[in-house]
Amino acid sequence: MRRFALQVFCVAISLFMAAPIYLITLAAFSSRESLNEFPLPLVPTDPSTETLSGFLSSTGVIAGGVNSLMVGLNTVVLALLIGLPAGYAVARYAFRGRQPYQLFLLLTRALPIVVLSVPLARIFLTTGLYDTTYAVTLLHTALALPTTVLITAAVFVAVSPEQEEAAQIFGASPVQAFVRIVMPQALPGIAAAAVFTFVMSWNEVLGAAILTLNQRTLPAQVLSTLSFSPLAYRFAGGFALVVPALLFIAIMRKYLLNMWGTTLK
Amino acid sequence: MSRIVLRNLVKSYPGGDRRATDEISLEVADGEFVVLVGPSGCGKTTLLRMVAGLETPDSGSVHIGDTDVTSLSARDRRVSMVFQSYAIFPHMKVRQNIGFGLMMRKVPRPEIDRRVADAAAMLDLSDYLDRFPSQLSGGQRQRVAVARAIVVDAGVLLMDEPLSNLDALLRLQFRAELKRIVHQIGTTTLYVTHDQAEAMSLGDRVAVMRDGRVAQIGGPLEVYDSPADRFVGSFLGAPPMNFFPALVSDGPALSVGALSIPAPSSLARFAGRTVLVGVRAEKLAVSTDAADGFLPATVEVVEPTGASVLLTVRLGDHELKVQAPPTFDTRPEASVWLRADPSTMRFYDPETSLALTV
Repeated sequence: MRRFALQVFCVAISLFMAAPIYLITLAAFSSRESLNEFPLPLVPTDPSTETLSGFLSSTGVIAGGVNSLMVGLNTVVLALLIGLPAGYAVARYAFRGRQPYQLFLLLTRALPIVVLSVPLARIFLTTGLYDTTYAVTLLHTALALPTTVLITAAVFVAVSPEQEEAAQIFGASPVQAFVRIVMPQALPGIAAAAVFTFVMSWNEVLGAAILTLNQRTLPAQVLSTLSFSPLAYRFAGGFALVVPALLFIAIMRKYLLNMWGTTLK
Repeated sequence: MSRIVLRNLVKSYPGGDRRATDEISLEVADGEFVVLVGPSGCGKTTLLRMVAGLETPDSGSVHIGDTDVTSLSARDRRVSMVFQSYAIFPHMKVRQNIGFGLMMRKVPRPEIDRRVADAAAMLDLSDYLDRFPSQLSGGQRQRVAVARAIVVDAGVLLMDEPLSNLDALLRLQFRAELKRIVHQIGTTTLYVTHDQAEAMSLGDRVAVMRDGRVAQIGGPLEVYDSPADRFVGSFLGAPPMNFFPALVSDGPALSVGALSIPAPSSLARFAGRTVLVGVRAEKLAVSTDAADGFLPATVEVVEPTGASVLLTVRLGDHELKVQAPPTFDTRPEASVWLRADPSTMRFYDPETSLALTV
């Protein structure tokens, strides 16, 4: 009986999450006219790419997509460059204040992006970074760092320090031990952290909208034109934004489960 | 091959209330097998890691061969090590695991192949070279760790409780095998264990450690027969050595309660003093009949072990362990009589617990 209730609960949650995604996908692949029909059919009756191609050809979408891609990739590189060593330190070294540090990292996520963006906009205006992809990259890196540090720390904890010591005993330098022993084992987890960061950056809209005017990322572009765009455009935009996230979850499912199975001490 | 010389090694960990190793000096001769044994927290692993170069001593020095290696990193010390957790690399096949040290030292490929094959043959791993560690049993993983350590032909082999993760039967088998292999390659070996039976069986010499110091070092039989203090006697041997106080009276004789037993003549100079008598369970003769020079005791527990019967008996206020022949017939609450040959008795200062020179 309890098992049954649990299953019903799971199905309900899944439906709640999946229904909007399904509807958006449906709408994105419907023709402009069929969107105005009432009642809207719940199965694809007249599949068409007209809506999507219309969206892709509207002003700023391709440029926004390129910007999003650049910001996303740069954020991944920057976040790993800073976050990986930090994660390694958290995993390997017992330093004063390690626990508070980990908690503090998470707390930064509690700060609303808007609160963060306005002073950042001021700083970027004075430094000339305003309305560049670099500004958005910096903001996204800051947002991604806590998760990057915590995820990579969990990954490094899973590789026993004795393995690194063994490598050094048998002639490896500390860097060689890291590259030959730790990295190959940590790679899946690091990849997961990277994709996680990329999707976060791809979907982040508020900060990107505040920090740019012309160099909009895709979500910021969609958001700024949302109020005066046709219905079809909104659905196509929603679809274009949700697909990378779904792909990420599909590809990284196994690694994410592994990762969350390891506990951080 | 190289000898190891440790001088006044001190190491303390931040937050630790006392030193992990306290001025330890130790010499391991070229080709010798020395076992460090002691309860957990006695500093044995810290000492080993300082020899390996994985810990830096606060003071003191480590020499390997004729070189002072105190400030050298692990990879420059020409040591080899087997870890407690094996620490083999899960993303490499057995072949790459064993050959790792040779590859890092840039040994030519054909020679690596030959030496890996030799080491694998020595440890019965020849059929497993192309498997990943996850496809091996615990015992086989341990063999990989040992093969990886011996293949590099380092001057010094360090082992940190290599058998502690194996089940009891496997541990016993591999212990003998390990002894054979180490003897065969003749490397200077420093071996850490908390298992006193392992220490006795493997070591040319056994160093019993306690609280960051070496309590006694000597051949296995020497430390077993003549413990330097009460701690060593209770730590080595199963069951541990029996201790009970006795008053030395003229003669010399030993008074235990109202009874008197003969004592070695050399004890005469302690006449009038109370000493702690230490005697091994198997050195106590036991009889169901009263006889002259025998002490009466009451049986509390009878444990047949197959090869012998282990008795827990009460002598006055003291509990003693006695190893009786397997045919010895007794039961709880029966009376038995005990006798110890004066030459098998060891004497300790009741205050310092140190052995008295008799």
